[in-house]
Amino acid sequence: MTTAIRARPGVTGNNRQQAASEADYAIYARDLARSFGGVRAVDGLDLEIPAGEIYGFLGPNGAGKSTTVLMLCTLLAATGGYAQVAGYDVAAQPGQVRLRIGVALQDAALDPKQTGSELLQLQGRLYGLSKRDLARRLAELGELIELGDALERPIGTYSGGMKRRLDLAASLVHNPEVVFLDEPTTGLDPASRARVWSEIRRLNQELGITIFLTTQYLAEADELADRLGIIASGRIVAEGTPAELKRSVGTDVIVAKVEGEPGRARQLVAAVPGVRSVEVHGSDLVIAAADGSAALSPVALALADSAMTVRELTMRTPTLDDVFLELTGGHIENKNTEEDSS
Amino acid sequence: MTTITDVISPGTHIAVVRARPAGFLHDLAAIAGRALRAVPRDPTAVIPPVFIALFFFVVNIATLKKVTGHHPGFSYTAFEMATAILLGVTGVSRAPALVLDVQTHYLDRLLLTPVRRTAILLGHMAADVSVAAVLTAPILILGAVLGVRFAAGPAGIVAFVLLASLWSLAFAGFGYAIALKTGNPAAVNSAFLLFFPFLFLTSSYVPRSQLSGWLNTVAGFNPVTYLLGGLRSLVLGTGWQWGQLGEAAAAIAFVGAISMTLCFAALRGRVKRSSQA
Repeated sequence: MTTAIRARPGVTGNNRQQAASEADYAIYARDLARSFGGVRAVDGLDLEIPAGEIYGFLGPNGAGKSTTVLMLCTLLAATGGYAQVAGYDVAAQPGQVRLRIGVALQDAALDPKQTGSELLQLQGRLYGLSKRDLARRLAELGELIELGDALERPIGTYSGGMKRRLDLAASLVHNPEVVFLDEPTTGLDPASRARVWSEIRRLNQELGITIFLTTQYLAEADELADRLGIIASGRIVAEGTPAELKRSVGTDVIVAKVEGEPGRARQLVAAVPGVRSVEVHGSDLVIAAADGSAALSPVALALADSAMTVRELTMRTPTLDDVFLELTGGHIENKNTEEDSS
Repeated sequence: MTTITDVISPGTHIAVVRARPAGFLHDLAAIAGRALRAVPRDPTAVIPPVFIALFFFVVNIATLKKVTGHHPGFSYTAFEMATAILLGVTGVSRAPALVLDVQTHYLDRLLLTPVRRTAILLGHMAADVSVAAVLTAPILILGAVLGVRFAAGPAGIVAFVLLASLWSLAFAGFGYAIALKTGNPAAVNSAFLLFFPFLFLTSSYVPRSQLSGWLNTVAGFNPVTYLLGGLRSLVLGTGWQWGQLGEAAAAIAFVGAISMTLCFAALRGRVKRSSQA
C-alpha cells in the first residue's frame, strides 16, 4: 500500500537549528523509503549533500540507486520519509524542485524522430526561456556536446555516445543548480566515458553545480566523487570520501586464489603478524594488512604450511569493491559491467 | 574539446538564464508544435485512414446508389460523404506516438520539466484536431468532384469540418486513455475496433428509416446516428437545421465526456506511477 510521504516537521523549538541546517544542503533526505508491493527498494535513506559537491551513489544493479534518483527528482512518490532538493520539499513543492534540477536518466530519454536541435529547443521552451536566451544556450550547448551538424539530424540516427551527450545537454538547458546523473556512462566507449567525466568535473568545479551521480563503476566513483554513499539492498552501508572508505578496510589487500577448502589456511594466515583480517570469498582469501609488502612473504609461507595449492598471489591497495565486499560480502561490479568498463 | 565553461563564464551571462514556468498556453503550443512536426515524419499514421475513407466512399456509392433509389432532393453521394468523413478522421491521433514517448522514457523527460501535465495531453489533442481538419480536405474535394454541394453554403463546409474534427477529438480520448494506461502500441491500435459498433449499428449506409426494427432501436442509442444526422443536414437539408446540429454537438459532447474522463484519469495514473524502477 502506498502511504503519504511524511510531513516535514514544523520549525519550532528544538528543531529550529535542524531546519536551518537542512536548508543549507542541496540535497537532504531523512528516512526516505520506497516500496513496490512488498519489496522495499529504498529502505530508510538519509542524505546530507552540501551545495557544490559531487556525491557518488555507488552500488550494484538493483541496489536502489535509480529509485532514489526518481524520488529526488519528483518522478516517483516516496512511500516514506522526507526529502528536499535545492531547498524545496520534493513532495509538497515538486514544481519548484523541477525548475532547479537537471536530470539525465539511466536510459537516455530522447525522441528518436526529433532532431537534436528540436529537442533542445522544446526543452528550453518548457523551462520558460526567452527566445534570445534559448538561442544563446543552444549555441553554447551545441559547442559543449560537439554534435555539430548532427544536431539537425533525427536523434534515431545518433550513436550511443551522441545520445548520451545530447541527453546531458538537455539536462543543462536551464542552468540547473543540482544535476542528477543516473549511470551517465553506461554503454559508452572509454573515450566517450572520459569526455563525460571531464565535463562532470568542470560543471562542478567551474560552475559550482551540485552533482548527484549514480554509478556501478568503481573507477568512475573513485575518479569523480568528492564523497560516496555505498548502497546495498536499499540502504546506505557506508559513506565518506573514497580515501576514507578505502582506509576503513586496511592499508593493503593481499588476494590468494587457492584450490580446496581454505579453512585451515585462513587460520594460519590470520596468525601472521600485521594481518588485520582474512575473509574467504569463494576460492579467494582476501587478506587485509597494514603493510602489505612486509606481510606478503609470511603470508606465502603460511599458505605453503597449510598444504594448499596457491594459484595466484597478488597484492594491491584497497578498492571500493573491497569496501563493498567487507560490508556486504558481495561485489559491486559484475562480470558484464567489468567488461563494459574495461 | 570545447567545454561548457569555455563558453559560459561563471557569474556573467549565465546568471540571466533561469528557468521559470512558461504558462499553460505556452506549454500547450510547445507540445502541439512538436506533435504537428512529427506528422509528416510518420505518414503511415494519416495516409491509411484517408485511403480507406476514399475507397469506401467510392465503392459504397457504386454499390448502394441504385438500391437507395431516386428521390427528389436526395443525393446518395452527399448522404455517404458524412460516413466517409467519419471513417477518415476517427481514430486519427498521436496516441501511438505517446506510447512511444512512454517506451523511450521521453515522457519522463517532459514530466521532469515544469510543464503542466494536462498541457501534455491537450497539446497532442490540439494537434489531432488540426490534422483531422486537414484530412477532411481530400474527401470534401472528391465529394465536390462527384457533385456534392452544401445546402448550408460555404459556412456549412466550415461547420462540417468542425463537427468532424471535434468528433475525431472525442474519439481520440479513448486512444490516449489506452496509451497512458497500457503503454502498449498494439492496444492503442486496437482502439479503432471500438468504432465498428458505432459505425455499423447506425445509418452509415442507408437512411435510418430503412433500418429494420432492432437495428433502428439500437441506432437510436448510438451517438454516431445523431452525428451523421447533423453532418448530413449541412449537405442534404434546406439550410441550417439547428435541431439536428444541436443533436450532433450533444452526441460529440457525450462521447467526449466519457473519453476525456478516461484519458485524464489515465494521465493522473501515469504521472503518479511514472518511471517505476
